[in-house]
Amino acid sequence: MAKNVRIPTPLRKLTNNEEVVEIMATTIGEAIVELQSKYPGIKERLVDDNGEVRRFVNVYVNEEDIRFLKNQQTPLKDGDEISIIPAIAGG
Amino acid sequence: MDKNAGFMRALKCRECGREYPLTATHVCEFDFGPLEVVYEYDRIKQSLTRASIESRPKAMWRYRELLPVAEDPTVGLQVGFTPLVKADRLAKTLGIRELWIKNDTVNYPTLSFKDRVVSVALSRAKELGFTTVACASTGNLANSVAANAASAGLKAYVFIPTDLEQGKILNSLIYGANVIGIKGHYDEVNRLCAEIAGKFGWAFVNVNMRPYYAEGSKSMGYEIIEQLGWKVPKHTVVCMASGSLLTKIQKSYQEFIKLGLVPDSEFQIHGAQATGCSPISTAQKAGLDFFKPVKPNTIAKSLAIGTPADGFYALKAMKETGGSAEDVTDDEIREGICLLAEREGIFAETAGGVTVGVAKKLIADGTIPANDSAVLCITGNGLKTMDAVNGHVGHPREIKPSLREFEALVANEEIQSKHASR
Repeated sequence: MAKNVRIPTPLRKLTNNEEVVEIMATTIGEAIVELQSKYPGIKERLVDDNGEVRRFVNVYVNEEDIRFLKNQQTPLKDGDEISIIPAIAGG
Repeated sequence: MDKNAGFMRALKCRECGREYPLTATHVCEFDFGPLEVVYEYDRIKQSLTRASIESRPKAMWRYRELLPVAEDPTVGLQVGFTPLVKADRLAKTLGIRELWIKNDTVNYPTLSFKDRVVSVALSRAKELGFTTVACASTGNLANSVAANAASAGLKAYVFIPTDLEQGKILNSLIYGANVIGIKGHYDEVNRLCAEIAGKFGWAFVNVNMRPYYAEGSKSMGYEIIEQLGWKVPKHTVVCMASGSLLTKIQKSYQEFIKLGLVPDSEFQIHGAQATGCSPISTAQKAGLDFFKPVKPNTIAKSLAIGTPADGFYALKAMKETGGSAEDVTDDEIREGICLLAEREGIFAETAGGVTVGVAKKLIADGTIPANDSAVLCITGNGLKTMDAVNGHVGHPREIKPSLREFEALVANEEIQSKHASR
């Protein structure tokens, strides 16, 4: 069964303008690898040279920031909704 | 690049330096780094002098060359140039030689520093052809977008957490804006708005308009320098939510130095947070250059951002200037609000209580030396967050309309104050 990843505007050029893509991965780390295999080039947008999620990239699983979960080890189950969102300013 | 871009040259990623055209876009496509406006300082230098600034109306737009609009501004022409108050009585209480309050509690039209950023964002949004504006807000920004959009004839959507202070909710509704309450904290409102902004073609002032919007905060720093008699203050204390204002105060001082409007001078910028939402000050105190997101729990709702977008740059700005950070509890925030009110007659919102409370701590422990001078940036008005102090400032004493009753009350008070002074 699949999980949905919501793709933010700046990355849609890589996903043929798809807003939502399906993945089968069981952790966030695996999800990044799977996205890279489907949409080459997306990995380097999301993680830095050390493999850490870039500091201005926020990743959410069902609306919870993965930094409050298990970061890239965060497990994914069927039907989960993953959002990738740029950090935005205060208000 | 755009033929008519005023004094702007491009948008540039703060992380990797890639440049982008001056459109409504806010993140680098490559690494998601925030985009910042780059200016043509050589041209600005020819146009912006102390004399030219002083000849213009007393509003933030007197520094127009350094604000990111292509044409003359069309929204918020009267915003800014709020009083810089010499706070001798508060200085004495806090134990510092010289203290100034930059008083944005009386900014026009919605009583917070957000009128500065919104004036820029909406002027630029109109230039780019938008007719609907929007924002994610902890309250003050929503108020300002609602009011300025109303006067500019723009349609407005403002998104706020549902648990905001009543005053801040009402102060958005009154202008006829579409106010959407989100059942969640600000970081969740922010996340949703990032997704909405990707879907709807609106000018989201703190999303796709952010590079322009954020620059508006610099006007607070320019005004401080000019109002001090063209002098950069040695110490400036700034409250931090996303951390953007602190970075822009640093930038404003650096720009005036770079343009030769003031001599090169050393300055320190200190950051203030509420203990209940202190990702940036916690990181600064631990000597880290990154922060850990938190779930906010503080009465300072306007500062309750657990994932501060400019946290990294705020930490960098404090490090570069030799500044420090501190945070204060809810009780210390209320004490700060009361101190500012009782000593200087200025009623600030909770964020102002945070700034005063942190200044008190930094002066007490010698981080800001007692023989120095400091400016406190007070960003919003207490009339909007009355819930925070309600029940903590006493009640009126009631008497009948009788001179005798009043005389008895005064006599009773004199007895009490004699007891108190013993």
